[in-house]
Amino acid sequence: MFDKSISELHSLLHKKELSVSELVQTSFDRIHTVDEKVKAFMTLNEEGAMQAAKALDGKLGTEEARGLLFGLPVGVKDNIVTKGLRTTASSQLLSNFEPLHNATVVERLNAAETITVGKLNMDEFAMGSSNENSGYFGTRNPWNTDYVPGGSSGGSAASVAAGEVFFSLGSDTGGSIRQPAAFCGVVGLKPTYGLVSRFGLIAFASSLDQIGAITNTVEDNAYLLQSIAGHDKMDSTSANVDVPDYLSSLTGDVKGLRIAVPKEYLAEGVDEDVKNSVLQSLKKLEELGATWDEVSLPHSKYAVATYYLLSSSEASANLARFDGVRYGVRAEAENLLDLYKKTRSEGFGDEVKRRIMLGTFALSSGYYDAYYKKAQKVRTLIKNDFEKVFEDYDVIIGPTTPTPAFKVGEKIDNPLTMYANDILTIPVNLAGVPAISVPCGLSNGLPVGLQIIGKHFDEKTVYRVAHAFEQATDHHKAKPEL
Amino acid sequence: MNFETIIGLEVHSELKTNTKIFCNCSTNFGAPPNTNVCPICLGHPGVLPVMNEQAVDFAMRAAMALNCEIAEDTKFDRKNYFYPDNPKAYQISQYDKPIGENGWIDIEVNGKTKRIGITRLHLEEDAGKLTHVEGENHSLVDFNRQGTPLVEIVSEPDIRTPEEAYAYLEKLKAILQYTEVSDCKMEEGSLRCDANLSLRPYGQEEFGTKTELKNLNSFANVQKGLQYEEVRQEKELLAGNVIGQETRRYDEAGKKTILMRVKEGSDDYRYFPEPDLVRLAINKEWMDRVRADIPELPDARRERYVKEYDLPEYDAMVLTQSKKMSDFFEVAIGQGADPKQTSNWLMGEVSAYLNANYKEIDEVALTPEGLGKLISLIEKGTISSKIAKKVFKDLIEKGGDPEQIVKDKGLVQISDEGELRSIVSGILDENEQSIEDYKNGKDRALGFLVGQVMKATKGKANPPMVNKLIVEEMDKR
Repeated sequence: MFDKSISELHSLLHKKELSVSELVQTSFDRIHTVDEKVKAFMTLNEEGAMQAAKALDGKLGTEEARGLLFGLPVGVKDNIVTKGLRTTASSQLLSNFEPLHNATVVERLNAAETITVGKLNMDEFAMGSSNENSGYFGTRNPWNTDYVPGGSSGGSAASVAAGEVFFSLGSDTGGSIRQPAAFCGVVGLKPTYGLVSRFGLIAFASSLDQIGAITNTVEDNAYLLQSIAGHDKMDSTSANVDVPDYLSSLTGDVKGLRIAVPKEYLAEGVDEDVKNSVLQSLKKLEELGATWDEVSLPHSKYAVATYYLLSSSEASANLARFDGVRYGVRAEAENLLDLYKKTRSEGFGDEVKRRIMLGTFALSSGYYDAYYKKAQKVRTLIKNDFEKVFEDYDVIIGPTTPTPAFKVGEKIDNPLTMYANDILTIPVNLAGVPAISVPCGLSNGLPVGLQIIGKHFDEKTVYRVAHAFEQATDHHKAKPEL
Repeated sequence: MNFETIIGLEVHSELKTNTKIFCNCSTNFGAPPNTNVCPICLGHPGVLPVMNEQAVDFAMRAAMALNCEIAEDTKFDRKNYFYPDNPKAYQISQYDKPIGENGWIDIEVNGKTKRIGITRLHLEEDAGKLTHVEGENHSLVDFNRQGTPLVEIVSEPDIRTPEEAYAYLEKLKAILQYTEVSDCKMEEGSLRCDANLSLRPYGQEEFGTKTELKNLNSFANVQKGLQYEEVRQEKELLAGNVIGQETRRYDEAGKKTILMRVKEGSDDYRYFPEPDLVRLAINKEWMDRVRADIPELPDARRERYVKEYDLPEYDAMVLTQSKKMSDFFEVAIGQGADPKQTSNWLMGEVSAYLNANYKEIDEVALTPEGLGKLISLIEKGTISSKIAKKVFKDLIEKGGDPEQIVKDKGLVQISDEGELRSIVSGILDENEQSIEDYKNGKDRALGFLVGQVMKATKGKANPPMVNKLIVEEMDKR
């Protein structure tokens, strides 16, 4: 059942061979069977989802049920607010927080009549690459539960890989959709900055955050983006561009495509298996009629430092509102200062505190120019690197991550090696361009992800290449045994 | 004074847009606490600000009226600080690219005009309001005001005396009211002022250490606080003490400034560009559109009053100080009332009443139409100015149509010569001694006789006519 694509499910529902209630129940059955091991879900919306499913059953077979996503169960990352459905961003500080409104993406999914089955675990406030920074519990990799699922959208990727849902929403600030998608062997796209509304996404780093979908196939991913992309007047940074027809780009044709492969993305530190999978993939694309050259993105080496300065600076302000005054868990305190200190000391985990401190420092008078301002300048250089390459090439391809998934506990005590895991995804966020991760092989039983990076607002080409590659290979058909 | 005084003023003025700066909540003053709020102004997780264009227009209009240069490229920044009235723990403000810079206004003190520079005008959001409950271990916070658009206007260190500071504030308020971007009601908090003052020896270029005055609730108190501070600092300096970098408040009852807190270095607000808002490019078309909306400003109106209505400089200045007063004047003379007479009434009776009752011109029953008609009645001789004062009292307290009041109360002036002549005759019959006195050159006797006639007619007799008739009748005797 969980091998089914969106179009297959749609056709089953359309032919009334399956009811929405049955489909949603299947999803919950699977969750109840495997989530004990995978731990992808933070909060389940069983009652609400079943009720909504029943209501939609009444529309089955009518014109109203024509939408492709009609009646399909979806999981939503827990930093995307859902009205009346607890939203914690996997922080203890928000363990009691029920939002008063829906994020724009949730409204758009609701309009497409999907059914939210629950909220997905993540690294607290999206800060982390392994889900070990969740304030509650760590999600496990469905391929091997001794391994991390990646992060911060670990729950979003693991839930799709484990067959608990057909697709989920995640968010990507420095690789948080693509890295867990790679680790869990599923498809994850980070759209161009500004393509998908951030209204209702609990902000980590406002100038980098983007919401995107995690799916089983490229086609499914395109369906999802089609329904959530587009201008939102509630988000000033949302671009006022026409949303193209992404499905029309899934032609399987990459003849004449010019691929750039940055030498920095296959350099030292990249696992041999990963490197080989990527080279094999490039070979496959060559067979399909594409060509590739090695290029350079010379400022890549500064990307991690730049990213941690900028994202932490923005986070230090974005997370300041969690003070226990208006919502969330308020610590018992003697006076105001005490209230702030205790609420935040008790509510936030170590990684969140580390980044708030880093960001506060980088913005402080006397350090601002040396850190924040300089990082902004380097960000421009990194963006220029991409623009230069895109003058001559259609896409940039490399691995999504330097290694496959690592073991639980392996990196948690060393933040710097953890941060280095995002070295290949971070530059994309700094440049604001779109990128997808698709499965391209296995290494010791763990998936490897291929990253395809496109020009600003050129998701169509990214999907076209990813889809052609997927059609020509069987990597996406491999599923974990649970 | 042994030192030169340097004063700087920082004025915050709420813009009267219909909705808040980043959400659609109402900006109405006086709504029950926490009713004009939504997830956006409450800073809930996941919300984003969207700029209210009317707020930008109003800020530009104010900046233009203050002769500022308008930034073609302007942006917003986050000012970070924790406080319960600040729900996001940062205020969206403008740091290094304010909407307006390098402006000025002219003030007048002791008949001399002085130009005061305006460093900058920037747009930001207002905070909520805290109420500290006496004797309780908690404070209450009302977020209705949170997110009301606000302009901050910072003066250059050009002000030298507390009187100049007062004149600057009056002028600034007048301009903001004329541009119709703010109500400027200090009692409602739509206009707030912080002042700073430092002293330096004459001839020294470097500024002395300044103290800041906060929580000033009237322009008069700004002036008084500065006066106190000027003397206090001078005493300290003469005694060989150092002025501390302090924030003080003015204590109205004690008529002195009181230390609130000592500042150690400058506060670090860790400003950085607001990533949730895009930079604003203000092009010429936008500027032209806003400039076209600026109504006549006080200085222009004042000039016009002198030229067009022949009013004395002084009258023109006083009338145009407040837009409401000036608008009132214009409607009144539109009714055909004489401009100088109208000015006299407004600066005299009307102002006296308003001051005595702590009211503003739009808070009394008197309408400009009413005043205009009243003045016309005097000019036509229907009532005497003395009677007019009685009618005025009615008008300002209860309102109504002056002609009707005059009719109803039988206050119409007696200008009928035959009727008056017979009354005069009667009075003369009763006061032969006064006629004698008058003929012997005692002019006071005439006044007495006029008074008797007025008394007999309950003030309704036409005074010049009475005068004329008494003289005529006495000459006959």
